[in-house]
Amino acid sequence: MSEEPLLKVENLKTQFFTEDGTVRAVDGISFEVYEGELVGLVGESGAGKSVAALSVMRLIDSPGVIVDGEVTFKGKTLVGYEETTGEPGEPPELVEREEMLTEEEMRTQIRGREIAIIFQDPMESLNPVFTVGSQLREFIELNRDLSGTEARAEAVQMLREVGIPEPEKRYEQYPHQFSGGMRQRVLIAMALACEPSLIIADEPTTALDVTVEGQILDLVEELQRKYDTAFVWVTHDMGVVAEICDRVNVMYLGEVIEQANVEELFYDTKHPYTEALLASMPRPDRTTGELNPIRGVMPEAINPPSGCRFHSRCPDAREVCRRVHPDLRAIENGDHDGDENGRVHRAACVKHDAFDVGYPESEPLENEATGGFEVGLTQEGSR
Amino acid sequence: MMAVHETQGEEEFADEPTEGGVDEVEARVGLAYTLKQVKRDSTARMGFYIIAFITAIAAFVSIDYYLLDYAMAKAIPFLHHPERDPEVINTLLPPVGMENGLGSGTWEHPLGTDHRGRDILTRLIYGTRIAMTVGFMATAIGLVGGTLVGAVSGYYGGWVDDVLQRITDTIYAIPFLVLVIAFMSAFGRDISYAMVGVGIASIPVFNRLIRSRVVSIREEEYIEAAKAAGVKDRNIILRHVIPNSFAPVLVQATLQVGVSILIVAGLSFLGFGAQPPTPSWGQMLAASRNYMLPAPTFSIWPGIAILVTVVAFNLLGDGLQDALDPRINN
Repeated sequence: MSEEPLLKVENLKTQFFTEDGTVRAVDGISFEVYEGELVGLVGESGAGKSVAALSVMRLIDSPGVIVDGEVTFKGKTLVGYEETTGEPGEPPELVEREEMLTEEEMRTQIRGREIAIIFQDPMESLNPVFTVGSQLREFIELNRDLSGTEARAEAVQMLREVGIPEPEKRYEQYPHQFSGGMRQRVLIAMALACEPSLIIADEPTTALDVTVEGQILDLVEELQRKYDTAFVWVTHDMGVVAEICDRVNVMYLGEVIEQANVEELFYDTKHPYTEALLASMPRPDRTTGELNPIRGVMPEAINPPSGCRFHSRCPDAREVCRRVHPDLRAIENGDHDGDENGRVHRAACVKHDAFDVGYPESEPLENEATGGFEVGLTQEGSR
Repeated sequence: MMAVHETQGEEEFADEPTEGGVDEVEARVGLAYTLKQVKRDSTARMGFYIIAFITAIAAFVSIDYYLLDYAMAKAIPFLHHPERDPEVINTLLPPVGMENGLGSGTWEHPLGTDHRGRDILTRLIYGTRIAMTVGFMATAIGLVGGTLVGAVSGYYGGWVDDVLQRITDTIYAIPFLVLVIAFMSAFGRDISYAMVGVGIASIPVFNRLIRSRVVSIREEEYIEAAKAAGVKDRNIILRHVIPNSFAPVLVQATLQVGVSILIVAGLSFLGFGAQPPTPSWGQMLAASRNYMLPAPTFSIWPGIAILVTVVAFNLLGDGLQDALDPRINN
């Protein structure tokens, strides 16, 4: 099964050129998605997850620009530049490679047909002035060569598929007559309607309550098995990751800082940020009632910290972390030395032996996490 | 960690809106709903009926004018030929039951006669043709032009927006009436030029209104979703952006019909627009100006006709605004 990846993202950089400075929202991330795989993209708000997802589809609007990197999908180049030149703080001059798809090709070959996207807020993702059915049908007509009545039948069938009761009747109704969970089902139906190879789900369950979220996740798993669609699942919820993902990319401040199979990520965490993220989850099986938040706030992406970007909040931070900016490297660890595809556990933290920069001898660093103040958040207070 | 989610997710809950919930939510979109809302509002309903009545008359007299050459005017007892001077000339007669220095009112001319002895009621009725045609056509030109320009301008932004909006500002800076008169001086004094002129002059009104809506609509997630689904820009603008920005434009259009009628009446008063002997309200007003003292009622009737029509459009416009405003919940 060590085939070519379906989607390959290499050193992708997306920046927003604002009046306050250049926001490096996505700063050189790389990851792969194989066929039929569910890949998580996890991180706090502002980590660049959504921008990364939209960059893959080339849906970044001004002032955002994909300034560097390469995205290949099924052998087609979605993003690829010959050269990029420019002053810092200014959008660069980009020379596109010849094989990079034009905007027209992106629209007719990729968007909707090969890669579909499910947005975060099901309340906002449907046009309020048209019936749900007409929108679904429009989408099917657009991307598949079906006539009006066939498309209609297909749309009704899709509504049934995603578990919407009375699909014939629901077809004629407007989005405001649907509940949040039902609308998310419609959006899933829309994404699946053209049987794309990849669906990017941008926090699709964040706006839903937990019971509905559970139902939607079950539905996605079921449909994923049936259609063998690959997913990129953008989320900040480690619970969701645990439930559905095969592989996970943890993002912090525009960078992927850990990349692993889901079991390894949870049971053999390699990056202190991932550890902190896991520790911060509310745990009903613990009785203390105290939450364990990550200290401090994420620094601004306009002016990221020197060295490791997490050093200002990292409990394991040492002097060297302020100087050395770690890249994502394979971490040696006996048992879990990559799976059958050679997909290895990678992390960007200098405390591992793969980085020989003198971490053990370095002085511990004073910061909010190591010597800082106590923030007494209770579990009830923050939920 | 995994245990956390299982407790919340695995359990099968009945899917919420299945039982009976389907029919209970009313569809709050579409023409049927809007008309229902307007009917609930008594003033808007009155405006609607007045407009329907005047429009029906206008349709009737248009058929008579274009197809029957005033045959109906001759056939119906209380109507007279609206353009030709009568054989027995009784100029400036007052309405029924009143007297002035020139005679007393008769049932033959219920509202009196004008300075050439023509029946005022007939000319008022036939004046609806010009008023309504001009009102609707001018608004239609402004609406279509303004909506397209505004939607494109707001959706694309950047230099497209700048260029289109600066042109709009330039047009808007010139007083409405002056602009239309300049337009008619250049092309001709005919009523159809008045129509086109008023239409073009009202493009900025619609353009600005829809642009301001589009600028916020284009950030909506369903627009992003449409882009992600590979929908063409043109279809995004026509199918997603314009329908969602349209409510205030519809209200403005209703009000604008009234405004256009008023403007064209003003133009006719100044001698632009409908030329004698074609009956039009503004031109009747212009003629009556010279006879204010001997026959004051002559000028009152066309004034009332304009007033009632414009007020009716305003009432309907206000009613539509309430009906289409999602914040007002009734």
